[in-house]
Formats: sequence, structure tokens, C-alpha cells
Amino acid sequence: MDVILQPFQFEFFRNGTIAAILVGGLCGLLGVYIVLRGMSYIGHGLSHAIFGGAVVAFVMTWNFYVGAGLWGFLAAVLINQTTRRTKIGADAAIGVVTTASFAIGVALISRYRRFTRSFDAALFGNILGVSLQDVLVVTGVTLMVLAIVFFLYKQLLFTTFDAEVAQIYGVKTEWVDTFFSLILAAALIASMQILGVTLIAAALVIPAISARLLTDSFNRMILLSTLIGALTGFLGMVLSYYVDIASGATIVLLQASVVGLVLTVTSLQQRAARRLIHTHL
Amino acid sequence: MQPLVELNQVSLSYGAEPILSNISLHLHPGQFAALVGPNGAGKTSLLKLILGSLQPSQGEICIHGKALNGRPAPRIGYVPQLETVDWNFPVTVEQVVLMGRVRRAGLLPWPSDADRQKVRAVLDRLGIPDLARRHIRDLSGGQQQRVFLARALIAEPDLLVLDEPTTGVDMHTAEGVLHLLAELNRQGVTILMTTHDLNTAAAHLPWVICLNHQVIAQGPPEEIFTEDILNRTYEGDMLVIRQGDMLFVHQKPHGHSHRDVIPQPVPGEIPGRTL
Repeated sequence: MDVILQPFQFEFFRNGTIAAILVGGLCGLLGVYIVLRGMSYIGHGLSHAIFGGAVVAFVMTWNFYVGAGLWGFLAAVLINQTTRRTKIGADAAIGVVTTASFAIGVALISRYRRFTRSFDAALFGNILGVSLQDVLVVTGVTLMVLAIVFFLYKQLLFTTFDAEVAQIYGVKTEWVDTFFSLILAAALIASMQILGVTLIAAALVIPAISARLLTDSFNRMILLSTLIGALTGFLGMVLSYYVDIASGATIVLLQASVVGLVLTVTSLQQRAARRLIHTHL
Repeated sequence: MQPLVELNQVSLSYGAEPILSNISLHLHPGQFAALVGPNGAGKTSLLKLILGSLQPSQGEICIHGKALNGRPAPRIGYVPQLETVDWNFPVTVEQVVLMGRVRRAGLLPWPSDADRQKVRAVLDRLGIPDLARRHIRDLSGGQQQRVFLARALIAEPDLLVLDEPTTGVDMHTAEGVLHLLAELNRQGVTILMTTHDLNTAAAHLPWVICLNHQVIAQGPPEEIFTEDILNRTYEGDMLVIRQGDMLFVHQKPHGHSHRDVIPQPVPGEIPGRTL
């Protein structure tokens, strides 16, 4: 027990761990909708787009959260509208909008070389940089996401299952999609400091697919994915302290081992079930 | 009598290409009608216009005498083609059926007692009371069709719209679905469905609308299933055979058998039988 508790004497570690648990759970929760809609790439793309927004906010001396948040939300809406109104598929729209947005960030950084270093944290995550303000922001975002998912649960489920039919049944799918883009952008910004732009996609996808392998029930998938995300967030932080590896990478590697374990166990179970059928025949 | 659905000179085009032109159509409460026509005739587009998910380029669509103007049509239950459903999606039968009540859904994420009772009632009505907790993948074709019918019926719609309910299921199951629809119609549900199967339409539906970008004809099948009308609908050579009260529609034989098409077929083998 002491081994686990030891790093918690440091304030930066306490802040970082709270943030990692919340961010892990948040990504796990939203990942379910993303994976089931076949939009796994959106997390990867959108976090890159937000990076562009963060650089713009820095150059324009706007508040980071406002600048990056607005940018990410607009990028998500742009992707959504492009997919709805043109022949361009979601995958291609994500590729264009988010990469262009990332390129803006890179362009600005190369133009103003002097602040190159401070963006390492945004790209790869930096737990040392998590301030009390960041923890408060992550908590706020978590509460907002929980509230929206709670009250729009039925609408989100129907829209994820079949958006076109949901609209026919009276779901305002355009609003549901817009709300979802909003909370996704917010969650990604909250996650940037912990996981880094380049690692967020895994935190969105891995808990959700692990949960999908474990259950056929949507409700249970939501609970499991959130739980796996939060738990790997916590354990990843503790582990990163002892093995001295970047926190984002530790969390993602831990999640990758979880999905590997789940895959192994479920395929062994299937094989055992098949053998059972054979012996009974 | 005020029609339930009214289309006044409705046209629809994608870009320069006209999909539907000058469609005028009335559907009265209690009617049971099939929309038939070749692939690309605009059947699904016409359904989507009535459902409010497509807007006409010209003309007006009224439900209960009120113009739709781009809103989803109220009190219409829709059953999509089964092949458009994501069968791997982690939902139970109960969850799918509850989606039909989304308009009246409360703010809480879980279903109310009233919701649950409604689900039980509608599953009972369709003869699948024990399936509520099943995953949608673990159902037979006929059961799948009934589950999506239950989702449409749970909201007690004035009009039931079905896209190809007999496609992708075997003949026996299709027969079962049509008899179920006929029973619902006797209970007062107005039904509009598309179908490819002219023979089942002729045998089960009192009203048929022949569509090929425009309405070619409409009426009881025994009146409008003539070679002339079907040739114009399908732009082909159709053969109509009447035998007593029964009516069979077939593509006209081309004066060839499979021997003319494949002169030297590779024969199959029946194991255990010597040639």
C-alpha cells in the first residue's frame, strides 16, 4: 500500500493523478460513441486540430482554453457539416480539416521559433505541468460531459445506432451531433496536458473496444469503458512514477495491455466454448 | 374525407437529374398500399419525402392537411430495410423498441415503468413476448422484422411506412410479415410499403401504386396489373397470368431456356448415385 501511496506526498502528483483518472474516464465514456459510429480517427484528428488552435491562442495571447476550445469545436462542426452536405466521407473530412489545422500550428511555431519548446507538453503530455487550475478545468469538463450524456442518453443512443432513422423519429440529430462535438472538443482539451495530442486517440478507442469485447450490452459497455479508462489513468500515473516514463505513454501502454489481455481471454473462452460444443455433439 | 397523406405535384431532383416528377398522391386513413417499380424508380425517395427527411424541389406534401415544410412528419412509424441495420451494435430488443418512444422520452437515461409496459404490450401484440432481453443479432429474419415493426408501433403512429419489408427474408417469412401487416391494417393502421415482389403484392395488398419517376397507375392490383401498365412501369416485357382469383406476374419468356444461355454446363454430382 505504501508503494502506491508514496508519490502522493507531492502536490503535482496528486493533481496529475486526479486529472488522469478524470481524463481516462472521460475518454473511455466518449470513446464508446466514437467507436460505435466508426469514427475512431476523430479523436486523433481533432486533438491535432486543437493543437493548431492552442498555438493560435498563444500567438494572439487569448486564453488557452477559450482559444483551443473554440477552434476544436469549430473543426468538429466543420467536419460534421462537410460530411452531411457533400459527398466527402467522414474519414476524408477529418483528414483535411484537422491536418490543415495542425499545419497552421506548425507553421506558426516555425515562424516564431522562440517558443518551440513549451509545446512539447501539448504534443506528448506533461504531468509536471498540471496545475490546480487544470484540475478544476478537468473537473468542470467532466461534470459537463456527464450531465450532457445523462440527459441526452436516449437521443445519443438512437443517433449512434442509426442517425437517419433517429431523425425520422423526431430526434434533433443535428443538435445531438453539435452537442457531442462540443463535449468531445472540451474533453480533448482537458486531456491534452495529461496525454498529449499524439496519444489521445488511443485513450478514446482502447477502453471502448475492450469494453465492446467484454459485453453485448450498451449500458454495460458505457460503464466498463469509463471504468477501464479511469482505472488505467490511475494505475498509469502510479506506474509512470516508478518506471520513470512519460505519464501519457504509460497510460496508453497500460491500456494497450488491457485490450491485449481481453482479446486473449475472450478468444480462449470462445475456443473453450467451441470445444464444449464439440464434446457434447 | 381528408387524406392522411397528400402530395400535390411533387417533384424531386438531385442536381440536374430528376428523380420524381409531378407526383400527386392521396393516402386515406385505413389504406394499405404498396409502392412498386424498378430499381432507381424513386420508391425510397418518395418514402423519404413523406417521412420528411428529403425536401421536394417543387410541390407540397401535407400530413393531416398540414404542410411538412422540412420538419420530420409527426406520428409516422418507419421500418427501414433490414440490411441497413448495424446488427453488431450492442443493443437489446427492448432498447431498440424503446427508441420508438424517443419523442416522449423523459430526461432520465433509463426507461420508466410505463415505457417497459408499452414494450411488453407491443412485443405481445406482435407475437414475440420473450425476446425483450435478447441481443438483436440473435434473432431470425422474421423476428428482426417484428422487432423493428415494434419500434414503429410503440409510438402508436397514424401511418406505418416500410421500406422493402419482404426483401432479404425467405418466402415463408415474407408471407408471415405480410399477414401480420394485414392484421395491423384490419386493426386500423394505415400502411404504405415498397416492394419488389409483384406477386406477393398482388396476393396481399388491396391498393398498388406503380412508380417509375412518375405515377404510372394506381388502383387494386387486379385492375392495374395489366401487361401494358407493367411494361411501362418496368420498361420490359411482362407477362400477366390470371387463374381464377389469382394473379401471377412474370418477366416474359425470351424464347430461351438455360440451355441456350449456357450450352455446355458443368453438371453437378449427386453423391451415391451412379450415372
